[in-house]
Amino acid sequence: MSVLDVDNLRTTLNLNGRACHVLRDVSFRVAEGETLAIVGESGCGKSMLAMSIMGLLPSVARITQGHVVLDGHALEKEPERAMEKIRGARIGMVFQEPMTALNPVFTVGAQISEPLRDHLGLSRRDAREAAIELMEKVRIPSAASRYTSYPHEFSGGMRQRVVIALAIACGPRLLIADEPTTALDVTVQRQLLDLLDHLQDEGRMGMLLITHNLAIVAGHADRVVVMYGGDVVESATVRDLFRNPAHPYARALLASLPRVDRDLSELASIPGRVPPLAGLPDGCRFKDRCPHAMDICEQMPPPTEMPGEAGHNVRCWLHVEGGEHAADG
Amino acid sequence: MLLTVDALRVIYPIKRGWPVPGTHRLTAVDGVGFSVDTGEALGIVGESGCGKSTVARAILRLVEPSAGKVVFAGVDIARLPLRRMRHLRPKLQMIFQDPAASLSPRMRIGAALAEAIRVHDIAKGNAINDLVRNALDEVGLPPNSVDRYPHEFSGGQKQRIGIARALVLSPDLIIADEPVSALDVSVQAQILNLMARLKAERGIAFVFISHDLGVVRHFCERTSVMYLGQVIESGATRAIFDAPAHPYTRLLRSVSPVPDPERTAAPLVFEGEPPSPLDPPGGCRFHPRCPFVTGVCRTTMPDLRPVAARQVACHHAESLPANEDAP
Repeated sequence: MSVLDVDNLRTTLNLNGRACHVLRDVSFRVAEGETLAIVGESGCGKSMLAMSIMGLLPSVARITQGHVVLDGHALEKEPERAMEKIRGARIGMVFQEPMTALNPVFTVGAQISEPLRDHLGLSRRDAREAAIELMEKVRIPSAASRYTSYPHEFSGGMRQRVVIALAIACGPRLLIADEPTTALDVTVQRQLLDLLDHLQDEGRMGMLLITHNLAIVAGHADRVVVMYGGDVVESATVRDLFRNPAHPYARALLASLPRVDRDLSELASIPGRVPPLAGLPDGCRFKDRCPHAMDICEQMPPPTEMPGEAGHNVRCWLHVEGGEHAADG
Repeated sequence: MLLTVDALRVIYPIKRGWPVPGTHRLTAVDGVGFSVDTGEALGIVGESGCGKSTVARAILRLVEPSAGKVVFAGVDIARLPLRRMRHLRPKLQMIFQDPAASLSPRMRIGAALAEAIRVHDIAKGNAINDLVRNALDEVGLPPNSVDRYPHEFSGGQKQRIGIARALVLSPDLIIADEPVSALDVSVQAQILNLMARLKAERGIAFVFISHDLGVVRHFCERTSVMYLGQVIESGATRAIFDAPAHPYTRLLRSVSPVPDPERTAAPLVFEGEPPSPLDPPGGCRFHPRCPFVTGVCRTTMPDLRPVAARQVACHHAESLPANEDAP
């Protein structure tokens, strides 16, 4: 049973009267206890996707098609009041910069107890105990004595642990981690990713891991969705994607990664740059940078299919039955 | 050797304390030494606060070294009067993580590059424009870039401009401080390939500072690993990353993610975070986090010494168990 079901989602941005689809027919599922990674470079729409799911879109953007279904319950039409209840309780969130999620003038203990009191209705004393337990769970050393510390007294890694404690406080069904370790050193990054893996296992949460770092995806996700220009261009199990990437963009992306464990003669690079939001092409959005671009790529977007549990799906004309020719090399 | 750094030390005075702040001495770089030859890239890796950026700045005298030598092309520039240092600056260039911060937003690219040439009296008149055009062409920017402003370029293009501005001065050495860290991977590959070409074709030497071991492995022939202001391991990049000797290098290597789901990462045995450089631990600076710690590590600071075809600063470098992650 899937925790999160995103079905044919389209999010449209209103740029001075011009509508541009920053998410175009995005579909994927996150199963219980599964980590789904969303990867892509800046401007691919991965953060827009997170905002769409959480109902935190800026006022110029709105969902114009499709569904976001959490535990069988559609979220996209929920009023803001209801979403406030869902965020923090049933969806936990961890962002790149912990200080944006923490209030500098309240102690971390007070901040972790707040959702426990608001969403679970615990008394002040019970909330305090539960908060200390949560701090221990995210392995903050001497949690009880740090209950009354302020965020600035913590290191970056410890702050992110506080944010994780906040995110899991109410036992959410889904954890959305948007670049959770990008600003941190590799040793701390590894500790936090291991912690997230562990917490997720324990709570059977679904996790949406949004990152630009394919190496993290390889080690910490079960399935992966590759995004480009607001489209899901490929989705597969992690193993499948790294072994047999099918979309020209996914192939190029994997070939451009330097590796710490082996020598590479030259890195593949993708010519050109990501299209700007205001100039997203109508057909395939990768066509201007694609070595295999054909006429049809210009004319219309490649079709999408609903991804299966372990299916490997590609949104590319090269891979359509009856398409001009199959990709090689 | 084009550049030899020896026993470099940089001390920052900082104010700490409340209600009456006292002045403390923060030793950001503590006895660092390495050398770089023409056409070679030396990587300096380490986590935030290890002093790698301070080393770069001290070489260029953007911060004043407190002790030690920086010998560039046979001249010790650590104590050279800044007036004489100016003559050497064209040969010794730097590129930054955020190239936009080093470009005036109100100056066209052509003017910004020409200014660098004029300041250092490299060329005059039309020769300036030729130099600018050649440099832009070499980094893969269209000729009409000269009339455009920095904000009209993407992050990768701005880094190309940063490199072009170094190139117009025909440098012998470029110090690159996290030059690709802010870029997307596909663009990162473009910039790394460009720098690799400059290294091979023009024989430019690089001191390449990065926290990303994968990038360093790809670009640098030799690597120095820093921890809390000191070099703890130094040698051929491949040897260090395939069989790291120092426990800290092993830690760094084991937590650096590998883009390969078939390789399951070894379980993490290290906990904790680097201590503050303001109050470094006595003895070996890594001892509070080291799983192989013994009595001598707590009391005596190990020297950098030759072990297994590289330099390692660890008392037990020879007797540590074999790497689990060895290929």
